[in-house]
Amino acid sequence: MEFIAKWLPYILAGISVGGQFALIAIGYTMVYGILRLINFAHGDMFMIAGLVMVYMATVLPLWVSVILVLIITVVLGCTIERVAYRPLRSAPRMSIMISAIGVSYFLQNMALYITGGLTRTYPTIDWLQKNITIMGASTKMVTIITPVLTIVLVIALVFLIKRTKIGMAMRAVSRDFDTSALMGIDINRVIAVTFIIGSFLAAVGSILYFSNYTGIMPTSGSMPGLKAFVAAVFGGIGSIPGAVVGAFVIGICENIIKGLGLTTFSDAFTFVLLIVILMVKPTGLFGEKNIDKV
Amino acid sequence: MTDRISNKKNITLSIIAIIVMLAAIYVLDIVIKPTSSWSNLMTCLEKGTIYALVAVSMNLLNGFTGLFSLGQAGFMLIGAYAYAIFAIAPEDRATVYQYYEGGGLIHFSLPHMLQDMMGGADAFGGTIGYYLGIILLMIFAGLITAVIAFLIGIPVLRLKSDYLAIATLGFAEIIRSFFQWEGLGPVTNGSNVLRKFASYDSSIFPVLVAGICVAFIVLLINSSYGRAFKSIRDDEIAAEAMGVNLFKHKELSFVISSFFAGVGGALLAMFQNNINAAPFTSNMTYEILLIVVIGGIGSITGSIIGAYLFVCCSEWWLRGLDAGEFLGIEADFMSPGFRKVVFAVVIMCIVLFYSRGIMGTNEFSWSGLFNFFKTLPKRIAAVPGKIKAKFSNKKHKKHTENVKEAQ
Repeated sequence: MEFIAKWLPYILAGISVGGQFALIAIGYTMVYGILRLINFAHGDMFMIAGLVMVYMATVLPLWVSVILVLIITVVLGCTIERVAYRPLRSAPRMSIMISAIGVSYFLQNMALYITGGLTRTYPTIDWLQKNITIMGASTKMVTIITPVLTIVLVIALVFLIKRTKIGMAMRAVSRDFDTSALMGIDINRVIAVTFIIGSFLAAVGSILYFSNYTGIMPTSGSMPGLKAFVAAVFGGIGSIPGAVVGAFVIGICENIIKGLGLTTFSDAFTFVLLIVILMVKPTGLFGEKNIDKV
Repeated sequence: MTDRISNKKNITLSIIAIIVMLAAIYVLDIVIKPTSSWSNLMTCLEKGTIYALVAVSMNLLNGFTGLFSLGQAGFMLIGAYAYAIFAIAPEDRATVYQYYEGGGLIHFSLPHMLQDMMGGADAFGGTIGYYLGIILLMIFAGLITAVIAFLIGIPVLRLKSDYLAIATLGFAEIIRSFFQWEGLGPVTNGSNVLRKFASYDSSIFPVLVAGICVAFIVLLINSSYGRAFKSIRDDEIAAEAMGVNLFKHKELSFVISSFFAGVGGALLAMFQNNINAAPFTSNMTYEILLIVVIGGIGSITGSIIGAYLFVCCSEWWLRGLDAGEFLGIEADFMSPGFRKVVFAVVIMCIVLFYSRGIMGTNEFSWSGLFNFFKTLPKRIAAVPGKIKAKFSNKKHKKHTENVKEAQ
């Protein structure tokens, strides 16, 4: 019993963080699955969503600002795709990656300019931050909401991909870019939809993530972004259930490491996991076998 | 058409240029007082030189070997710490390592030790000993970085493009958190700043060191190893078929690049006079990568020009954007941080519309420079014609499209 009392808070926190990572990781895994591009700007978009919330909540009622955050993030995601990635579609992969890094650099500097380099306080959403007690462990409402909401959204997304026409187009494009273009699929539309879904989930994730923390900085996005990417690789890039499982594993392990008193290494663990998985099973847990052809 | 300049003339010109530049730096260093408004020039010169070295080392990996590695900041961090830890005078250790008993674990400083051995602080021999210590320690910093890079390279270099990028980025983060770990506090001072270590007095020192390092990289690239690197960049499978040992050459490029990143880190530590693990984030790597891109991926000259441009813009020329006045324009929105936004936009434009960078894959040569100026009037005269041609071309295209539609 004592064991549970000691570790339950960490595990609950881990599940909660894992759910938030999962929402970001889906954006990575979908974009990578289709464009073969690590969207380095995804983590920063997540941070921008947080900042938009901070500024919106000062002038508007909370529920309006939540909706506006979702819309603005989606618009931002589409704009980034249109401006920075679409012109480079036929360019070598390195150029697109550099463009993504450029966007990330731009977003961080923009945030630095707007915030003046200060940590901004995230608005309190009372309902999410209500304290509740589970099996003797006191925690916030958001800890319980996150995994539930994540699972619901993932099921909806899987349904979208497996059952709808646009989902079929996405699967086709991720399998073979050129052939699906020949088959009359509007590639640009499919990619735009991918970015819309990714940004939407990142915005939801950002609301849940930052209501757990008090402050938000221009660099707050990069670490969760990288970790979510590792989660996507761990689960097998391109696979949505894989990304979710990977994110939960990372979230829980990280919090157990924090519980052991090795907080400095909680970030490092993620990358050790990445290297181990790439050594042992480069396609990830649920990834499809990919054979490089000459 | 192109006038070839004889080899002998080339070498003489280069030697003259190097001597003139070094003399100019030496004179400027004496003339410019730290309080004058021109002191920015010296700051940019030093920082630009250090960034140039790091950018060239990154270009060796990304541009010449085709390995998209994002671990440069981590390797600089190792170099900076390896240098700083062994260069703090014993009498200052207690104040620097104030949170640790007995001033940390290490109790000697190589530059100061050699200075005392060779005649003390006032003697000429002492000064030589001091600089000898700094140079030895910098080589040591580079070697430590290279050894760690070798170990990291064994698992990481088996990965390809994006995975390699993420794995190296990850290792850089691991290195950073390792150096901030309190358990290593008696050696690395935990997350506190390391300061009061030996540093150079004259701006000519970093220029000389970086110059020698860059010259070494240029020689390496022009050697048979360099050709092997380029063949790996162009086509791995073809290179392997031609008998290039992929792993060995990738590892070699990675280790050498990291060695110079380590030396660059040591120079950066000396330039800043204090060192802390916190700023060596992935953002620093991104900045170096963007320098390489601005200069042109695969051009040493480009990386050097890019580094000076980048540092001058961010430290000096665009400062006015932060202060609220730029080129005589005053506006309220120009508040601190605005310069970086403008800068990021410019960089994005270069990445999107001018992806070859300043130099593309070309290198500096005297004949190229002379030809540039010789043909400059001709090319300027040709500009209006070119624009005209472009317009008429567009019209023509539109016309043909219309015709097609009509059909």
